[in-house]
Amino acid sequence: MTLIVKTITRLTIGIIFIYGIYITLQGHLGPGGGFAGGVIVALSFIHILLAFGKDVGMRKLTQKKVLFLMSLGAVVFLAAAVFNFTMRHNQEAYTLHAEKFRIFSSLFMPIYDIAVCFMIGTGLYAIFLALALFTAENKE
Amino acid sequence: MYLSPLLFIALPLAAAFFTVLLGVRLRVLGYILASVSAITLLLASLYASYFVQHLPSHIFIYKVGGWMPPLGITLVFDALSTIMLVVVNLISLMAGLYSLRYIERYTDSWKFYSLFLLMIAGLNGVIISGDLFNLYVFLEVASLSAYALVAFGTEAQDLEASFKYAVMGALASLLILLGIAFLYSYVSTLNMAEIAFVLSGKPQGLLVYFVIMLFLAGFGLKAAMVPFHAWLPDAHPSAPAPISAMLSGVVIKTLGVYVLARIIFNVFGMSQKALLVLMVLGTLSMVVGALMAITQRDIKRMLAYSSISQMGYILFALGIGTPLAVIGALFHLINHAVAKSLLFFNSGAVEYSTHTRDMDSLGGLNKRMPVTAATSFIGSLSIAGLPPLAGFWSKLLIIIAAVQAGHLAMALVAVIVSIITLVYYLKFQNQTFFGALRGTLDKVKEAPLSMNIAAVILALICVGAGLLLVPSMRPILERAADVLMLGSGYKDVVMGGVR
Repeated sequence: MTLIVKTITRLTIGIIFIYGIYITLQGHLGPGGGFAGGVIVALSFIHILLAFGKDVGMRKLTQKKVLFLMSLGAVVFLAAAVFNFTMRHNQEAYTLHAEKFRIFSSLFMPIYDIAVCFMIGTGLYAIFLALALFTAENKE
Repeated sequence: MYLSPLLFIALPLAAAFFTVLLGVRLRVLGYILASVSAITLLLASLYASYFVQHLPSHIFIYKVGGWMPPLGITLVFDALSTIMLVVVNLISLMAGLYSLRYIERYTDSWKFYSLFLLMIAGLNGVIISGDLFNLYVFLEVASLSAYALVAFGTEAQDLEASFKYAVMGALASLLILLGIAFLYSYVSTLNMAEIAFVLSGKPQGLLVYFVIMLFLAGFGLKAAMVPFHAWLPDAHPSAPAPISAMLSGVVIKTLGVYVLARIIFNVFGMSQKALLVLMVLGTLSMVVGALMAITQRDIKRMLAYSSISQMGYILFALGIGTPLAVIGALFHLINHAVAKSLLFFNSGAVEYSTHTRDMDSLGGLNKRMPVTAATSFIGSLSIAGLPPLAGFWSKLLIIIAAVQAGHLAMALVAVIVSIITLVYYLKFQNQTFFGALRGTLDKVKEAPLSMNIAAVILALICVGAGLLLVPSMRPILERAADVLMLGSGYKDVVMGGVR
């Protein structure tokens, strides 16, 4: 990509990433949540792939790390869900005792949101990475 | 129940995720987690079956998180779902045991085990789910894992088969989802018992029949019912042998036949038109599958066509809709799951040792692979329906039920197809295991011990499964058939269980 795209990407990428985290963490307080936040986080990494190429992107977030983070998110989500279901706590979790501007004010929702963000963010990035690698292989 | 019913879903899911999390560094972890999960799940499903059989109502409803339906999700344990759980988890355990040495020739075995565990989670979820949407979600979990597992060899033909399977599977899922959406728009609930309750108080208009057709096509595709069978003869042979065994043994039965039976019998209250369609398409599957199987040279392809034919028997019996026919269908489902898994294990063992599945290049292997030859002989005869093996009794029940219900022509077709089945299995035995040993196969050795143990256990079950008809054991089958024969009375049992 051109220097303009690279420079703009370098400037905006952090903001997109932080915005993704913000959307994830305030999911139980307003519109947003793990899925939407995860998509935005994935987009920040996909921007790196697009602007700087797959080699730079893969140095930032390797396939192994993607797999690790994705399954970590899944394990955390499953553990929280099973704990919640078996301990019958979910009614408290869903009848949000959320208070405005307090992230840790609802029992389990932030944990779910963070876990989903890990899964969706890394999952989408992995799909994009697979497509990039497949295209590169075809060109060769 | 002293066990949390969530175990059936959460344990394989957790094992699958941990395998991905740590399997890259710790290669053996996948196998350990798969084995531990499979053993635990088999024991848990046996316990669940025992527990349900001894409850006065023979049904146990678990409300996930304590939420009442229709808002909450219910997991339903009745005689039918627990017998299916036992079959699925038994075959899974055997496939896991078989995979120990078989999967060594593939790279990244941890990926295999994580997908395998995800498939088990999906199958268990489909069986115990009490509402239609969760059933769909688990169906997708199992299907997506199956697509990836079919492509596991990553050879050109594996990828092609997986793509074909994925396209057909996605079409099936789309039809099912569309059916669920239409049904939801009509009854405003997704809980299966509640749907049956609402439907019983409403006129069954064109929309309901349209939904039944969508489900018949969607689940018919998953069950590889003719004319929706084109994907199966490619997909099942391409997968690694333990997965072929799972696909033919339990996946098409759980995702196809079990769900179809549950919906047609218990949700739509034994719709006679749907049963007629099942009977006709079942007969068609029997005939087409058997005729196609005769001409095959590839062992696994022949077994795949045989699966279509045997699924035809099960669907035909369900279509007859009498108590005896339903018992026959469920019994044949169990027998076919065990015998077909055994035969896929045998085909895998032959391929493992000889590097070919072409019957024309094989012969006389019983001298070099006695265990594989003996177990495959038992499996073949059981599927072909020779006494005293279990397959004979289930086919006999189906044929007697057909005669009793007055379907003489179709009963005759079932008998003729049984003879054709015997023909192609004898051809398989003759060309693969009997006759003179070919010079190129002189140095062939028997398959590894773990693969043989799995085959021997399944062969023993093939011989012993006939005992399910012994008076002291028969209630297991009868109670499972009773669940289906309840028809829309299922809703009252479930709603009674919820309260």
